[in-house]
Amino acid sequence: MPRYFVDRLSRHTVSIFGIAAFLILVLIALFILKDSLPALKEVGLIDILFGAKWYPSHGSFGILTMLAGSVVTTLLALAIAVPLALGCAIFLAEVAPPRVRSITRPAVELLVGIPSVVYGLVGMIVLCPFIARLSGTGSGSSVLAAAIVLAIMVLPTITSISEDNLRAVPVHYKEGAFALGATHWQTIYHVLLPAARRGITAAVILGTGRAIGETMAMIMVIGNSPIFPTSIFGPARTLTGNIAVEIASATGIHESALFVTGLVLFILIMLINGIGLIAYRRRV
Amino acid sequence: MIKLSPKLMQKIAWGFTWAAGIISVLILVLIIGYVLAKGLPVISLEFLLTSPEGGLSGEGGIFSCIVATLWLIAITMAILIPLGIGAAIYLAEYAPDSKFTRLIRYSVDLLAGVPSIVFGLFGFAVFVMALHLSYSILAGALTLVCLLLPFLVRSAEEAIRTVPQEQREAALSLGATRWQTIVHVIMPAALPGIITGIILCVGGAVAESACLYVTMGGSAAMPTSLLSGGRTLAVHVFYLAMETNALDKALATGAVLIILIFIINLSTRWLSQRLQAKMSGGT
Amino acid sequence: MSKINKKGEIVYNRNRRRSFLLPLFILIVAALALAGCGGTTSSTITTGGSTTVQPLADKWAKAFEAQDPGIKVIVQGGGSSAGVKGCAQGTLDIGAASRELKSSETDQWPDLVVTHVAADGVAIVVHPSCSVTSLTLEEIRDIFAAGSNNTWTVLNREEGSGTREVFEKKVMADAEVASNAEFLPSNGAIKQKVASTANAIGYISLGYVDSSVKALSIGGIACSEANCLSGSYPVTRYLNFITKGEPAGQSGKFIDFCLGAKGQKIVEQEGYISVR
Repeated sequence: MPRYFVDRLSRHTVSIFGIAAFLILVLIALFILKDSLPALKEVGLIDILFGAKWYPSHGSFGILTMLAGSVVTTLLALAIAVPLALGCAIFLAEVAPPRVRSITRPAVELLVGIPSVVYGLVGMIVLCPFIARLSGTGSGSSVLAAAIVLAIMVLPTITSISEDNLRAVPVHYKEGAFALGATHWQTIYHVLLPAARRGITAAVILGTGRAIGETMAMIMVIGNSPIFPTSIFGPARTLTGNIAVEIASATGIHESALFVTGLVLFILIMLINGIGLIAYRRRV
Repeated sequence: MIKLSPKLMQKIAWGFTWAAGIISVLILVLIIGYVLAKGLPVISLEFLLTSPEGGLSGEGGIFSCIVATLWLIAITMAILIPLGIGAAIYLAEYAPDSKFTRLIRYSVDLLAGVPSIVFGLFGFAVFVMALHLSYSILAGALTLVCLLLPFLVRSAEEAIRTVPQEQREAALSLGATRWQTIVHVIMPAALPGIITGIILCVGGAVAESACLYVTMGGSAAMPTSLLSGGRTLAVHVFYLAMETNALDKALATGAVLIILIFIINLSTRWLSQRLQAKMSGGT
Repeated sequence: MSKINKKGEIVYNRNRRRSFLLPLFILIVAALALAGCGGTTSSTITTGGSTTVQPLADKWAKAFEAQDPGIKVIVQGGGSSAGVKGCAQGTLDIGAASRELKSSETDQWPDLVVTHVAADGVAIVVHPSCSVTSLTLEEIRDIFAAGSNNTWTVLNREEGSGTREVFEKKVMADAEVASNAEFLPSNGAIKQKVASTANAIGYISLGYVDSSVKALSIGGIACSEANCLSGSYPVTRYLNFITKGEPAGQSGKFIDFCLGAKGQKIVEQEGYISVR
């Protein structure tokens, strides 16, 4: 008898655990929305979302500059990382001699796990002074430094997932192309890349999400000025940095405005994932 | 536009992929090499076994940060492992193919994409403020559980699904209950995959900084209970880099982190190799 | 425990399976062992807030713990507003603030009590190689209002910093610091940045000033303890401990210690100004 009791009990327990994941998502959305309400009521969504000035002690709560900061650094980072990562993935999957691959592949995998603060630290010590010398003014904390740090951070992620997807293309695709007299590169370009397109899109989406969500490394190298990123040598602020730097000391509407920042970030990620999902589902 | 011959095109493309491969590896080797070369000479037993003294010179070592990191990992895993594996068992073995199940799966996927600072914001609002845990290791651990749950659920579910259907049927036909089948047949077979997932979560906890920066308070004092604040190694790197002149110590702490990640990575690699050996039928 | 593999053979692999658990087991045991080392049952006081007060509070905490080993003092940062907010909402026993309470705060939390525990000047700092040694208040205001350009890289503190509050009130006269200034989250971060950037200008607590940065005179008056004490240096403030209600119990004991002879001697040693 007891073993049937245990069976039922366990079944119910794991069901509750299974629902927990769903509950956490709902709770996160609810709490962030709830704490956003005071600012949304007092200041208004339009003024927060499209306000270009962030000066909480003087009642300005616009986060448009930071939205631009997050988007611009991420796009710049992707512009650097995606070609490099794709080249690297093709290299690892198709071109590299096995000996080279056996060293490179684990190295790339290892790098996925390196803490982002370590990348931020190296960016701060090495990259920022270099950029300061390049631009001739300022401290080097800049959009460019942030984009490079982000690019290096997402490079291993995009590379390893793209490589997995290139390898997953059935071997008869390749054989067919070769049989038609295509060169190896033509095969890669016209057969393998299109066949792996969904997976590569997913990899880029994942990289985008990681770049937009990065916080501490950004605070270290971007300068955190709430202005539009008009120059790559100038400072800017990201949505993530805005939350992390100010949440501990914010009160009242200011605190609530930071939750709105979190809400915007949350929605931004949902949008990116949504676009990824659509791209993924579209027939190749 | 000049039409290039396929042969020439291939040469150019090969040049590009080689360059991409070499540049990527070079950048990454240089970064890791830089941190290790500058950081390792600073590491000594004294550095590892004294606590940070505070102040601008960044005197002292990283002992309390190591302790805080271990506490955090222990508590996080104590909550995360049963919760994550339970949820994975539910999704893989019990969940009916219904709209609600799809909703749960979808929320797991969405959760995995939410930035860590948003989890931090949630943890701050719920654990630090609403539940009055204050800035504490417990608040940090609970936040981290939310952050890591989707990753563990996914990898554990995948591991459970790779167990051949015949094994379930064999156990059930011998009169085992479903739960007995899960405990005695499925879990042992899925264990290496699940443990790989757990170790990766430990790696994630070691590397995480943003959500802990806003939920653990950042005190460098030795934690005395679950409710005292603390500073993990990764957060300590941030504090050292931003607030002190001790960049060498920041690099040394970074080197410790890299070594930890290296160990974690090697152990998952070793595990997955064993898993493959097992799957291919070897004993 | 045994299982049946694909081929239908019974496989005994109890020992092998256990080895998977070993690393995890070791990790947990190590964590608990280390936890045991630190895990005494002493009672704690949590303070936090202003990063100006933080180094001072660190030293006070060490001295206080040496004198009274039964009580442990935990010191956190976060900024002055975090100190006020933390104390009001109960996450901190004692909030540290490098400014006075704002009217919005006294309205919201009328039971907060402020104790002056030290005094401090706000130094305007530049890189040691900078040729400027003295500026007037107006010149400083103009530089910070104009923001970063080819001459200056302006550094500002985050919203909620007490030092920023005092600087805005006494130097900026409530004019705004330009948004293109770099924003950094602590005194230490500003000092670090000034020390490593040739044309940077920022403001930090007097207690943080050392040879890595150069403190400017304002209108010819150097930022020194004597000038702050006499009131001739214009940018000064009190450093405060904030409690919910009059300080009592352990918190009261700690604040009394800070105000006592020993505590105030530490204030002077750390480069701040005693309130006695």
